[in-house]
Amino acid sequence: MAVPAQADSARVPSHRRLGRLRRTLAPISDARGMTRTMLWLGAGITLAFVLIALFAPVIAPYEFDTFRANGQRFPQLEAPSSDHLMGTNVQSTDVLSRIIWGTQTELKVVLVSLFFSILIGVPLGLFSGYFGGKLDRVLVLLMDALLVFPFLLLAIVIAFLLADKVGQGILTAAIAITVVYIPLYFRVVRNHTISIREEPFVEAARALGARPLTVIRKYVFFNVVQNVPPLATLNAADAILTLAALGFLGYGIQPTDGAEWGYDVNRAVSDAASGIWWTGLFPGLAIVLLVVGLTLLGEGLSETINPVLRKRAKVDVDLGPASEHKADVE
Amino acid sequence: MTDAPVVSVRDLRVYYGTLRGTVRAVDRVSLDIGAGEVLGLVGESGCGKSTLGRGILGLLPEGAVSDGEVLYDGRNLVTMSDRELRRLRGPDLGLIFQEPMTRLNPLMRIEEHFAETLKQHESNLDNREIRRRSLETLGRMGIPPTRFRQYPHEFSGGMRQRIMIALALVLRPKLLIADEPTTSLDVIVEAQILSILADLRDNFGTALLLITHNLGIVAEACDRVAVMYAGQIVEEGAARQVFSEPAHPYTRELLRSTISLDTTELHSIPGAPPSLIDPPSGCRFHPRCPEAMQVCAVREPIEQGLDGGRRVLCWLHGPDTEVPEAGWAQLERQEIAVAEEA
Amino acid sequence: MAVLDTVKDDVLVSVRGLKTYYSVRGSFGQRLVGREAGHVKAVDDVSFDLYRGEVLGLVGESGSGKTTLGRTLLGLVPATEGSVTFEGEEITHKSERDLRAIRRRMQIVFQDPHASLNPAMTIEQSVGHPLTIHRIARGREYRQRVAEALETVGLAPPDQFLEKYPSDLSGGQKQRAVIARAIILNPLLLVADEPVSMLDMSVRAKILELMLNLKHEFGFTYLYITHDLATAKFFCDRIAILYLGRIVEIGPSAAIYEDPKHPYTKALLRAIPEPDPLRSVPRDLPRGEIPDAAHPPLGCSFHPRCPAAFEVCGWEGRDLRDVLELRWTHMAEEEYEAERSTIGDMGSLDTPSTSFRVAAGDGRGGSDVLALLETVRNEARDEPFWKGVRNLTAADGHVEVELFDPLVPRLLPLGSAQVECHLYDHEALSEALRRRAEGRAEMATGGQSPPVESS
Repeated sequence: MAVPAQADSARVPSHRRLGRLRRTLAPISDARGMTRTMLWLGAGITLAFVLIALFAPVIAPYEFDTFRANGQRFPQLEAPSSDHLMGTNVQSTDVLSRIIWGTQTELKVVLVSLFFSILIGVPLGLFSGYFGGKLDRVLVLLMDALLVFPFLLLAIVIAFLLADKVGQGILTAAIAITVVYIPLYFRVVRNHTISIREEPFVEAARALGARPLTVIRKYVFFNVVQNVPPLATLNAADAILTLAALGFLGYGIQPTDGAEWGYDVNRAVSDAASGIWWTGLFPGLAIVLLVVGLTLLGEGLSETINPVLRKRAKVDVDLGPASEHKADVE
Repeated sequence: MTDAPVVSVRDLRVYYGTLRGTVRAVDRVSLDIGAGEVLGLVGESGCGKSTLGRGILGLLPEGAVSDGEVLYDGRNLVTMSDRELRRLRGPDLGLIFQEPMTRLNPLMRIEEHFAETLKQHESNLDNREIRRRSLETLGRMGIPPTRFRQYPHEFSGGMRQRIMIALALVLRPKLLIADEPTTSLDVIVEAQILSILADLRDNFGTALLLITHNLGIVAEACDRVAVMYAGQIVEEGAARQVFSEPAHPYTRELLRSTISLDTTELHSIPGAPPSLIDPPSGCRFHPRCPEAMQVCAVREPIEQGLDGGRRVLCWLHGPDTEVPEAGWAQLERQEIAVAEEA
Repeated sequence: MAVLDTVKDDVLVSVRGLKTYYSVRGSFGQRLVGREAGHVKAVDDVSFDLYRGEVLGLVGESGSGKTTLGRTLLGLVPATEGSVTFEGEEITHKSERDLRAIRRRMQIVFQDPHASLNPAMTIEQSVGHPLTIHRIARGREYRQRVAEALETVGLAPPDQFLEKYPSDLSGGQKQRAVIARAIILNPLLLVADEPVSMLDMSVRAKILELMLNLKHEFGFTYLYITHDLATAKFFCDRIAILYLGRIVEIGPSAAIYEDPKHPYTKALLRAIPEPDPLRSVPRDLPRGEIPDAAHPPLGCSFHPRCPAAFEVCGWEGRDLRDVLELRWTHMAEEEYEAERSTIGDMGSLDTPSTSFRVAAGDGRGGSDVLALLETVRNEARDEPFWKGVRNLTAADGHVEVELFDPLVPRLLPLGSAQVECHLYDHEALSEALRRRAEGRAEMATGGQSPPVESS
């Protein structure tokens, strides 16, 4: 089907499209106070981890499963030293390297699963919200049922079920997390769609003779999608925890596939009794830090986008000189 | 008016800061409200009338700063602490809003609303007395006693507004500020409520500040009227006089643009109301005024008292001594760019 | 006032017996199964013609159904029953797809300029969207037509507005953009739903002037929906007054304003606030408010508030409750308590029925209640309700109330207008006389049946 409707947006020269981007991002640069701190701090931390993941091959001293170099096996459970900045674990692999490679794993899994969650959840929410009817009723029931399950439990169940078919690994973990978070996007998008659907400008679009798909695409989508980024970042934070938990319980990534912080923490539990702290502390810190970073970013975005929570900037007000005609009034 | 006014506002300013600059929402306003009188505060959207109404009660938007005097009972409300103000709000100063449903607790019966209000401010009343006063006030508002124990959602919009007014009046405040109380109501219900408000002086002796954008309401229900433009009061006086012989060009233009059953010709004011952040120099109305003079663009007008207790802020009424020779010449108004039209 | 320069026979839109009912959400159990509980008759049997080139005003307060009527006409809301023909073509039960083609010829301007434009689209995109939807213009022709439309509505120079977003414009400018969007396809019919009620006074005139100019220049036919009789008088050739989903009066503007017939029309005209220094608030207003559309009054919907209601207007239990409540509202608390205790549970008065019981309170009998009712009647002889009472009979522990049956009012021609009111219906008037005579006859033969009470 020819898509003439694209004509107008394709015609818009790039600098004008940037204008719309700038408008969308304007509230972010306007943010003040606590919100601003959260935003920048969260973004900073997250960015740091992203860079670590991207440059892992360059900055990691060793591979995630290297346990020997120059023909010599690494010491087992050695405390942090100049060779191994964060020490080694029971399998003689370098903790620091595993943290760095683990970043890649975490982000890979979480990004992939979030991508699919959004890809499935958002359109379902849009259509369900816009068209209503039986489809909507069925979907809502299904999604609500999924939401009732504690995330972790659901993820475990799915990982368990998939383990037989697909085998354990990144894919299983990703799918498990995807499924768990679809209902979240569905619900948020659906609810917002329902309220937007009643807005006069949507009705106006119908009155103009627009097809439902056009209405959804041009009128509903843009207004609804602004809810997704904060939700996505908060989701990512939660997903990291879920992945780590899966790894901790042994349902996550196989040790041969890659490094994973949760798995490392699991391995470190027995070390703790013997006073070996570095194998558990560093992966644990990594989890906490990344989750905190994402959460701060998510909360910051959420406050920025929600005008109700947005605090009016505390701008100094200068009253100026007193009235020049005070005397005349009496 | 020989009695001392209930409230005396002197040079009140309410400014608040935004990223684009300081909004001068109320910029040196003075007025008096006498006991038992109905003063209409009329202006278009964005002129600052709501801010003024709330500013008098000390209910300022977040980040706002106020200056000047609001004298009530010998004290200045502007400099009063929040705690003291809270004690005055209710038994002395009442406020009713435009949307009554948002102010009534949907989980509380009307009876409970009244009990809570009365107990909070007049703790020495026993239940019987509370019930008697509540029913009496509600009765004056036309709410039957049989509905005393119903919930807010069981009432229509007009009745909820009456309940709100009753809740404000049951404490017998000296001053009631009504901010667009009938704007969201139908015409007949609006007229019903206006007749109630107009009778406040006879029934309760309460002074009323009626804030609205509707000139018709003001003409029918108010004793005096103050016209507000861009944060300032441009004209004030007895309603009858102001409407039959408006002194300020804005008042005149506003009256002419009001569409009533007698309108034979459409009239509008060119241009749009100015920004409160960066208002025009001199008289704020001069870019749109059909009678603007040279001096109007340069100097802010000085308030003049006219006969009959009227006040006006306009160079057309002098003082002549302050206007330079050349100042009287007609101002060449730039063609208001079509793009600036509202 | 607008000049009527149309050919009477040239009907653009014809509405016959139109009904639009909304179902009311029932209890949770009902909702679970997907069943509804009752309905709201938003539009209840409306018929009229809209002539090419004229401006017809649909005037009513909230709950009158005027907005729903406008939307049903455009097919935005499905009609429950009845027919709407546009240019001779029946459009009532067309599918969305078929309606889309017709939408080019009829457009709507909404009430809230701040909410009718998509905040995510520029003015150019919004105003030009109809061209895109209906595949009419692209590229340069598209831009040209959008610029033309903007100029026509006074948003000039167009370049200044094309790239702006709705949030950059003032209320009046937004409404102009909405109008531009509505006229860009050169429709035949424009439905304007309260186009100026959310704008300031000084801006209203500008928009109304624009709409009038457009009418003269392009020959649009307007359906002007509003609650404001003042602007309607200025703008409309004919006016239809709506109350609770029905047309109660319809006719040329002059007739409506100079010689209103229906009591509701008269009340509306009296209630309009006028900036006339010599006027004061009208005192003789109809009491009460617009009733709940889910449970409309019997007979004529206006009867509970009408000062001129009489025998045939449709009396019911709820009217008696209104009478009692009105009396008690202005009473001292002790007297109220005394009277209230005479009557027991008043739940039976909340049904729309013509015969019901008024139960006596604890320790009281039917005759006590009857005595109270008689007192009430005697102390307010002008109260129209009593004209509707056929019989009051005291019985054991209650009073039987029998009211006259309601007559549904008919829309009948009267001069150049049409009115739906028994006061102008000869058949209703003679029926009323008959009932009055019946009542008097009863009194003559000893009045109400003697109270029957058990000892």
